[in-house]
Amino acid sequence: MKIAIRGGRVIDPASGLDLAQDVLIEDGRLAAIGTIPQDTVVQREIDATGLIVCPGFVDLCARLREPGFEYKATLDSELCAAVAGGVTSVVCPPDTDPPLDEPGLVDMLKARARRFNLAQVLPIGALTVGLKGQQITEMAELHDAGCVAFGQANEPLDDKLILLRAMQYAATFNLAVWLRPQDSALSQGGVAHDGELATRLGLAPIPSSAETIALSAILLLARDTNARVHICRISCRDSVNMIRRAKVDGLRVTCDVASTHVHLSERDIGYFDANCYLIPPLRSQDDRDALRSGLADGTIDAICSDHTPVDDDAKQRPFGEAEPGATGLELLLPLTLKWAEETGLPLKDALARITIEPARVLGIDAGRLQVRQEANLCIFSASQSEVVVPSRFTSQGHNTPFAGRELPGRVRYTFAQGRLVHELS
Amino acid sequence: MSTNPQLTSEGKLRHLLTIEGLPREVLLRILDIAESFVSVTDREVKKVPLLRGKSVFNLFFEPSTRTRTTFEIAAKRLSADVINLNVAASSQSKGESLLDTIANLSAMHADMFIVRHNQSGAAHLIAKHVQPNVHVINAGDGRHAHPTQGLLDMFTIRHYKRDFQGLKVAIVGDVLHSRVARSDINALTTLGVAEVRVIGPRTLIPNNVEKMGVRVFHDMANGLHDTDVIIMLRLQNERMNGALLPSAQEFFKYYGLTQEKLAYAKPDAIVMHPGPMNRGVEIDSSVADGTQSVILPQVTFGIAVRMAVMSLLAGGGAE
Amino acid sequence: MNAPLPDPEALIAILSDKLRDRVDEQTGIIGIRTGGVWVAERLRTALGVTPPLGTIDVSFYRDDYSKVGLHPGVKPSGIPFSVENRNILLVDDVLFTGRTTRAAINEIFDYGRPGRVWLAALVDRGGRQLPYAADAVGITLSVPDDQSIELLRSDSGQLSLSIQPRRR
Repeated sequence: MKIAIRGGRVIDPASGLDLAQDVLIEDGRLAAIGTIPQDTVVQREIDATGLIVCPGFVDLCARLREPGFEYKATLDSELCAAVAGGVTSVVCPPDTDPPLDEPGLVDMLKARARRFNLAQVLPIGALTVGLKGQQITEMAELHDAGCVAFGQANEPLDDKLILLRAMQYAATFNLAVWLRPQDSALSQGGVAHDGELATRLGLAPIPSSAETIALSAILLLARDTNARVHICRISCRDSVNMIRRAKVDGLRVTCDVASTHVHLSERDIGYFDANCYLIPPLRSQDDRDALRSGLADGTIDAICSDHTPVDDDAKQRPFGEAEPGATGLELLLPLTLKWAEETGLPLKDALARITIEPARVLGIDAGRLQVRQEANLCIFSASQSEVVVPSRFTSQGHNTPFAGRELPGRVRYTFAQGRLVHELS
Repeated sequence: MSTNPQLTSEGKLRHLLTIEGLPREVLLRILDIAESFVSVTDREVKKVPLLRGKSVFNLFFEPSTRTRTTFEIAAKRLSADVINLNVAASSQSKGESLLDTIANLSAMHADMFIVRHNQSGAAHLIAKHVQPNVHVINAGDGRHAHPTQGLLDMFTIRHYKRDFQGLKVAIVGDVLHSRVARSDINALTTLGVAEVRVIGPRTLIPNNVEKMGVRVFHDMANGLHDTDVIIMLRLQNERMNGALLPSAQEFFKYYGLTQEKLAYAKPDAIVMHPGPMNRGVEIDSSVADGTQSVILPQVTFGIAVRMAVMSLLAGGGAE
Repeated sequence: MNAPLPDPEALIAILSDKLRDRVDEQTGIIGIRTGGVWVAERLRTALGVTPPLGTIDVSFYRDDYSKVGLHPGVKPSGIPFSVENRNILLVDDVLFTGRTTRAAINEIFDYGRPGRVWLAALVDRGGRQLPYAADAVGITLSVPDDQSIELLRSDSGQLSLSIQPRRR
């Protein structure tokens, strides 16, 4: 089966390609990028004039809510949401119920995901049993079962000795440890950044030091163990500076930021909008600006959606009692485009942050256009804007702080694992 | 950013959730109307028929006898029917969500909800979900706001000091956890007093509070110097846990209002307290019962101010 | 309405003549804000009685509260004498639908039970919607429905009548 994609602007951040080209897909693989031989008989023609053709996106964090949280969302709905958003590889964190701390659970998850044959699912295994921060998991076995890295999701790991040992053990097998820096004691009870808004609105504060103190511990232990460490969802200027410094010092550290935090700050909480109750909290404008600078200069490697579907009941509560998180698979591209628009960044550099760079973090062969590789593509219109209407999301999560805002980018076609899995009618 | 949920599209007050964002004219209007209600409370028949036929539901998720009683008296003096719901005890413990509770009560044709809750933003959430002709008054939400207290404090200040211009006002104590402090700060800055000060140990003063328009002091001598009004805040027992304060004794020694510390203020300074007082912790009995204390009048004014708020909200039409 | 409007002072003289036999030192004179208070002050002087005036603001007793809300500029009411068993002279500037009179009487009854209540109005413009009548009127005037007649007081204290288009 041959599919021709004609006349699109083909952008491959990995190689720097940015040209109007044709693309040929044959039996699920990229057969040609550039010109398609004249006499090729093609079963399907896709007219990509005015559209952008790029690698399918690699999302470093999206909660698919299975197993255990099926009342919030399912693999079915969320994998459909992923490809609707042009995401062809999804990394899911281990905070399922039960947590992904046993190879059997990982096997089941991967098998179920394969059955849908939509986006590729890459699970992060639990670093400690039950995510309880005490006993380390069978990381080697979990890796064999398909875990790409090991982490704690949003669960604390305050015992530095256990953290050290977990890193050492992971380093034994050259496995990456993914951690979101948060000191439990300093963030205890807090729901919003310790800034102007929390003071005005009387919301229990979380100081930036809750993140930076934990981050410094992680970085120092990373240096000692030479472990591969990925820092998840940083939120403040000091963290960006510390990671920049760590990279200069040669540490094997990478990091990501949530798409929400590239745009929003504490002010967006407004009149207690629980859709802005996020982990980590939205911080000051200055912190947001620092995150943008960090993305621009490569200190921050990737933007992820941090997709967290939350049911309506859990959001319609007083701010501090609501469940934190925002849905985001279908907004990853629009928010990345908006960021590029606002900062004047070239499109291929912006797209790098959701394609080749996250793939590099993972160490997988994805996020770029290469002949003979399985087709994972996103074809979208950059010029078309749309007002965000949560009820129209494919995801079961309608909880977004961007409702009503106009964002650029509409995904027209998505090829995942060789098949055309999404097409906008 | 959404529009101010307290105001209708014509700028008429629909709910009273927080003093923040209310124009000066609205605050003054409430004080002026309250003035008339004070004279009502001096009559034999203390009622006026304004809210006759209306149902006012007291929805207290956090227990409070004083505030609830004041609202009840105010509503009854407006001839309203009052229903007290001790929600803390009933539906919440059965796991019913806040919005379900509201929906059930709305089915009973409430015209006005008076809400007290331990979470900041609770009143805002309720206000977002009530029917168009239902009004919400925030009787205290977490640490965020207690607007009727702020208003009655302003009424008290105006009663004794006539003019807001030129006043130096000090708020003393646990500002960090105080919704009264936040409402007072908002009211005082909106009404344009000369200076608002907060005084307390570092652990009890929230970061960035200067951005609300106040000067921060950590010692009483400097903080109270030349002040016209002193508002003492209640210090709760649990503040002694969690490393906020070492003991009530040390707090009283350095931040408790005694005759000696009162002397730092102007000789005609008034002493206020939202109540209930912890005598010997934040305030000395001799000051609480002394000539400069206006703590009891505050309570009387509280009824008139709440009558004013309810009658302003419940009336129809645009201003 | 082309003829010039009467001088309020002249109307007050007419009123005081009509009331002289009924009002004495025991009568409680109550003016309805704002115009009624001005008229009541003049009447008190003209009738030569010494006890202080009561003033009432009927804002809290109006029957249109549900439609239009609280009247702006509410002022405190104050009756410095006991209403119980006393003869009351209630004074208003313009008597029209009768609703203000009803509100005022309701309010007076919340102060106590009067012996009797007389109503004096500077101008009766007709248009009653409730069965109230004045015991003494300065003048009866016909005013078109779309106009309102108001009593004004200048800075120097001089009273005058004026016809304005109605704002409703």
